[in-house]
Amino acid sequence: MHSETVAQLKEGLRARRYSAVELARSLLARIERAQPELNAFISIETEQALAAAAEADRRLAAGNAPPLTGVPIAHKDIFCAAGSRTTCGSRMLANFVSPYDATVVARLRAAGAVVLGKTNMDEFAMGSSNENSYFGPVRNPWDLTRVPGGSSGGSAAAVAARLVPAATATDTGGSIRQPAALCGVTGLKPTYGRVSRYGMIAFASSLDQAGVLARSAEDVALLLGAMAGFDARDSTSVERAVPDYVAGLNQPLRGLRIGLLKEFFDAGLDPNIEVLLRTALEQLRAQGAVLQEVSLPNLPLSVPTYYVVAPAECSSNLARFDGVRFGHRCENPRDLKDLYERSRGEGFGPEVKRRIMTGTYVLSAGYYDAYYLKAQRVRALIAADFARAFETVDVLISPTTPTAAFELGAKTSDPVTMYLNDIYTIGANLAGLPAISIPCGFVNALPAGLQIVGPHFAEERLLNVAHRYQQESDWHQRAPEAYR
Amino acid sequence: MAWETVIGLEIHAQLATHSKIFSSSSTTFGAVPNAQANLVDLGYPGVLPVLNGAAVRMAVMFGLAIGAQIAPRSVFARKNYFYPDLPKGYQISQYELPIVAGGHMDIVLEDGSARRIGITRAHLEEDAGKSLHEGLPGLSGIDLNRAGTPLIEIVSEPDMRTAKEAVAYMKKIHTLVRYLRICDGNMQEGSFRCDANVSVRQVGAEKLGTRAEIKNINSFRYVEKAINFEVARQIEVLEGGGKVVQETRLYDPDRGETRSMRSKEEANDYRYFPDPDLLPVELDAEFISGLAAQLPELPDQKAQRFASQYGLSPYDASVLTASTELADYYEQVVRELGGEPKLAANWVAGDLSGFLNRDGLEIGHSRIAPAALAALLARVRDNTISGKIAKDVFEAMWQDQQSADAIIAARGLQQITDDGPIKAAIAAVMAANPGQLADYRAGKDKLFGFFVGQAMKATQGKANPARLNELLKQLLGG
Repeated sequence: MHSETVAQLKEGLRARRYSAVELARSLLARIERAQPELNAFISIETEQALAAAAEADRRLAAGNAPPLTGVPIAHKDIFCAAGSRTTCGSRMLANFVSPYDATVVARLRAAGAVVLGKTNMDEFAMGSSNENSYFGPVRNPWDLTRVPGGSSGGSAAAVAARLVPAATATDTGGSIRQPAALCGVTGLKPTYGRVSRYGMIAFASSLDQAGVLARSAEDVALLLGAMAGFDARDSTSVERAVPDYVAGLNQPLRGLRIGLLKEFFDAGLDPNIEVLLRTALEQLRAQGAVLQEVSLPNLPLSVPTYYVVAPAECSSNLARFDGVRFGHRCENPRDLKDLYERSRGEGFGPEVKRRIMTGTYVLSAGYYDAYYLKAQRVRALIAADFARAFETVDVLISPTTPTAAFELGAKTSDPVTMYLNDIYTIGANLAGLPAISIPCGFVNALPAGLQIVGPHFAEERLLNVAHRYQQESDWHQRAPEAYR
Repeated sequence: MAWETVIGLEIHAQLATHSKIFSSSSTTFGAVPNAQANLVDLGYPGVLPVLNGAAVRMAVMFGLAIGAQIAPRSVFARKNYFYPDLPKGYQISQYELPIVAGGHMDIVLEDGSARRIGITRAHLEEDAGKSLHEGLPGLSGIDLNRAGTPLIEIVSEPDMRTAKEAVAYMKKIHTLVRYLRICDGNMQEGSFRCDANVSVRQVGAEKLGTRAEIKNINSFRYVEKAINFEVARQIEVLEGGGKVVQETRLYDPDRGETRSMRSKEEANDYRYFPDPDLLPVELDAEFISGLAAQLPELPDQKAQRFASQYGLSPYDASVLTASTELADYYEQVVRELGGEPKLAANWVAGDLSGFLNRDGLEIGHSRIAPAALAALLARVRDNTISGKIAKDVFEAMWQDQQSADAIIAARGLQQITDDGPIKAAIAAVMAANPGQLADYRAGKDKLFGFFVGQAMKATQGKANPARLNELLKQLLGG
């Protein structure tokens, strides 16, 4: 059962080849077994999962079950779920039990999905290696000495190791796509505003977007359809009909105009990844796609721009964690200042502190114009570059990451090197564009990813291209040997 | 040395919406602490603000009423600072692009002089919660019921020169927001309060002096006292060779003084930036003109109408239009009475307002209804009673809530208009005062008043004063 996709599980459950409870039990056992080596989960919710699975079986038997009934998933521990511990990977929220459901959580529950647990992540989604979790690092199922990527490292590792067929995730600068690439799975960051942010603990509100990690574009399409759509509780969610993402998967690619970014093939890109990418592009061309080179001259500025905008927003978003109403509170505070300083000093890890300090600095009087305002201007230029590119091409293709998974500890001492891992992914966040990462081969037995970026609300098109590629390749079906 | 005072006010008016500006919690005052704070108000992880359209409409109406520009696009910004009653660690406000900019308010002072006060801007923001200390030794309590209540902050130009002007301006804004029904104006509950920026400079100087900001004053009386105290303090500092420090001060009504709260050096850097959780507020011309069409008759328009329609002085007209309820009361009295607008104005602005003030009542709770007051004034008009007796009747009506006619009949207060009894009274007074009579007849005209008084007393004040005068003149002349 664990090797089946969401699409297959849906069929298997409806055909009663196995019950939702059997399925949940089987995957929960895998999760328990894998936990000591992968550490992909922060909370394994056996009891609630089995209750939900039993309910799913009743609904399946009654014959009025919604589309994903009984399909097991996991949520990144950034999504609030009523009655469930929601830590955001932080000591600050280590004991925080959410009193309410995020919209994503509520919608997937309404669609019938059974949640097996909450996955590990970089603290407050800040990181590219999952080494910043208060609950310890996640390990890459392809090589336990290596990182799974971040910040959605737990979700990516869990999907790659066949612990769940799909998991929710979030992406602020590449946090879905980069771990998807490093773990050899498919990950979609939708258009900003496509999926509600309500109940998703904010890192950088203008960049954060919820999405899905799964093993195929088809599975991503199935989950996205259940998650997406306008939510009156998120003013930045967009009132726009949700298409049937599955229906469009098989459209032929004849005439598809693919843009190749000049700026993506820079120094720093592992030549082996470039070879894989060019091979994949040939395969798409064989299906009728047309390739052309395009230039986004301001894109190389995306990393510094991001590391001004995102910390600025995070410095404000994380101010609510003050030890007053919820979350970590220091022992015996002497006074208010002591309460703030020790609660926050103890509750946040070093990377979160670094970003809060950076963000506070760039918003300060006298520095605002030079940093925050300038970054917003560059952000607008980058968005304009993308808009111009999409006048001549339908999608842009690039590597997802410059290298395959690196070893644990390799980049922890140098945050800037770590930040450069997001060089290919950040642009889509700054411009609010949808982007998907799909497996495109292996470098030294480690997976590599290919990224497809589209114009706003082009999720259907991205899934279509990804699906057609996956019809002609089997990279996405490969599993790490220990988790087959 | 002659000093000039410069005052600017920042008025915070709570908007009378049913729910909060960014959440669905109720805004009703006085609930059990934290009973009206939902997850959004508590700043829980993951929650998001959603703008209340009613607050936007109210702010636009205010802007239209002060002749301001309504921004086609305004932006919410975060004002970042840590405080326990500020749950998110930032207040959602407007900074660079407020919804209302560039209006004005005309004020009329008691001496009838008029001044125009510029209004720089008015922006929407959320209120903070409250910290509670009473009954919690060594602890602070937090009540977040008020957190997220919508406010408009109305920022004036530094156009006021005296505390009285500041009070007149604040009262006028108070009048306006109640006319517009966008704020209940309840100052005890903090629905309407202000910060006063006060500085002094030498008369003739162009540059403004260093200002102090007096925070959170919640009564008209305290505004006047706080400003006067602060002006005197600053002049004393300057005349003593010192320098006024830019700082935030608090007014202590018990001691009648302002005290330093924090200096500019200790001031927060609020790190304002646009709130990424909220879209810019974009308003089209149709929306704005739709609200303009819904504006009620505004205080100035009503005062002008009262002056021309009823022949009232500008000051009386402004007093009678201080609230729609008072203005409506007045107009009802005139309607019931079928005229006599000046008589009605004197009574409504005079005796009635005096009794309301004395008993601390709003006009809506007046113990004398407009029709009852009109019935009393009708008896003055038809000479049944004199104006002086009417005051006694009014007081009796206030006490017993009986009609004027009932009180007049029961107490036999009808004016004596028949010549017979008046003549008899005059004759008796003349007989009793032969000396004065002789002096009067010898040319001491001033004694006429003495005879008026004596004769009036002899009729228990009920003689028609005009007829009494006429008859006295005849009879005293011999």
